[in-house]
Amino acid sequence: MRSFSLIDLVSLVEALRWTVALVVLALAFGTPLALGLALGRISRSAALRWTMAACIQIIQSVPLLGLLFFFYFGMPVFLGIQVPATVAVTVAYTLYTAAFLGEIWRGGLEAVKQAQWEAGACLGLSAWQQFRHIIAPQALRLSLPPTVGFLVQLIKGTSLASILGFVELARAGQVVSAATFQPLLTYALVAAIYFALCLPLTLWSRSLEARLDGSR
Amino acid sequence: MNFLPLWRYQNQLIDGAIVTLELTVIAAVAGLLIGVAGAVALKGRVTPLRWLVRAYIELFRNTPSLIQIFIVFFVLPNFGLKLPAFEAACVALSLYFGAYSVEIIRAGLDSVPKNQIEAGQCLGLSTWQVFRHILLPPALRNAYPAVTSQFVLLLLGTSLASQVATDELFHVAGFIESRTYRSFEVYAVICAVYFAMAMSFKALFAVIGAAAFRWPRRR
Repeated sequence: MRSFSLIDLVSLVEALRWTVALVVLALAFGTPLALGLALGRISRSAALRWTMAACIQIIQSVPLLGLLFFFYFGMPVFLGIQVPATVAVTVAYTLYTAAFLGEIWRGGLEAVKQAQWEAGACLGLSAWQQFRHIIAPQALRLSLPPTVGFLVQLIKGTSLASILGFVELARAGQVVSAATFQPLLTYALVAAIYFALCLPLTLWSRSLEARLDGSR
Repeated sequence: MNFLPLWRYQNQLIDGAIVTLELTVIAAVAGLLIGVAGAVALKGRVTPLRWLVRAYIELFRNTPSLIQIFIVFFVLPNFGLKLPAFEAACVALSLYFGAYSVEIIRAGLDSVPKNQIEAGQCLGLSTWQVFRHILLPPALRNAYPAVTSQFVLLLLGTSLASQVATDELFHVAGFIESRTYRSFEVYAVICAVYFAMAMSFKALFAVIGAAAFRWPRRR
């Protein structure tokens, strides 16, 4: 047993890199997929709408922990080759992000009145132009607060990667706690770091929401 | 891929699912009580109490549930409060769910226009009558979707209790995995069980919601 020292604090902060890396990876791959899901959910083809809805429902009805384990052990089964843990974890977080953001953005897109699409069509804009110049800017404004809110969920969710042995903030906390026998100090610090990451986002999301409310 | 070796463990799976449901229901009931108390405190005039509730909400909503479970399980014993795994998970999940419930219930109450309450008072209704007949029904209807979706998230979130060795579904998965070495199959089955439970609750809530909130919707 040794006492809690500066080196432990440094190891926590260093592990934070991986927390941030997981969030960035999940967003980088998850947001394009989310946009696809959201567009699929409002498409004219009923088959496409149902498929996308089913995908979102399935992912949202399974624990994130379950998704992580499913892909961690499943990727080698599906692909027949061993993949690094980072890849499996990234796939799980990507799908998680895509499902939740997809549903949030669909809400934003549907909140823009149908007449706006029609007005665009009357002006001779193509479907893509209608989306790009008329619908998307308004939907973006509407869905920005919940999107930022989801970001907080995602940051908190990366703590689950610790269970697969991924050394991010939560895992580093477990390691330090075990080495120093000071769970109180360690977990309080870990919680404080997460809190410092998430609170600004929560406050930002709330101020965005308040601003939106006033403009309508 | 071979699912057959798992068949012997169906009793463990059912037991695990029952513990998961117990955890969910206990945390949901306790969390909703916290939610109501917190929402009342937020509406109240005692400023320090309001700050306390706000601090509680922000603290529990901006830190991972996993860390909260660890703190209750590993840190509280330092203060002489040694809880067994199941109880520790209940406490942590209740507090987590409670923090979200406060906001949901407060938003539900806030969604009722103030002039409706004033109209009730003008009709000579008592404070209780105003609450019971004017404030509560629309507040419940407006809070219902958020509460139910948060409930499903809670159901899925109980899987974290496995990390302090609560005997719930996900912990059972680890046990079966250690016996059969069929990692992928085990977690595929576990995911399917969670999926089935979550979908059943969603369907149940939809039916209840449709039956309970039938009066005309505001548009």
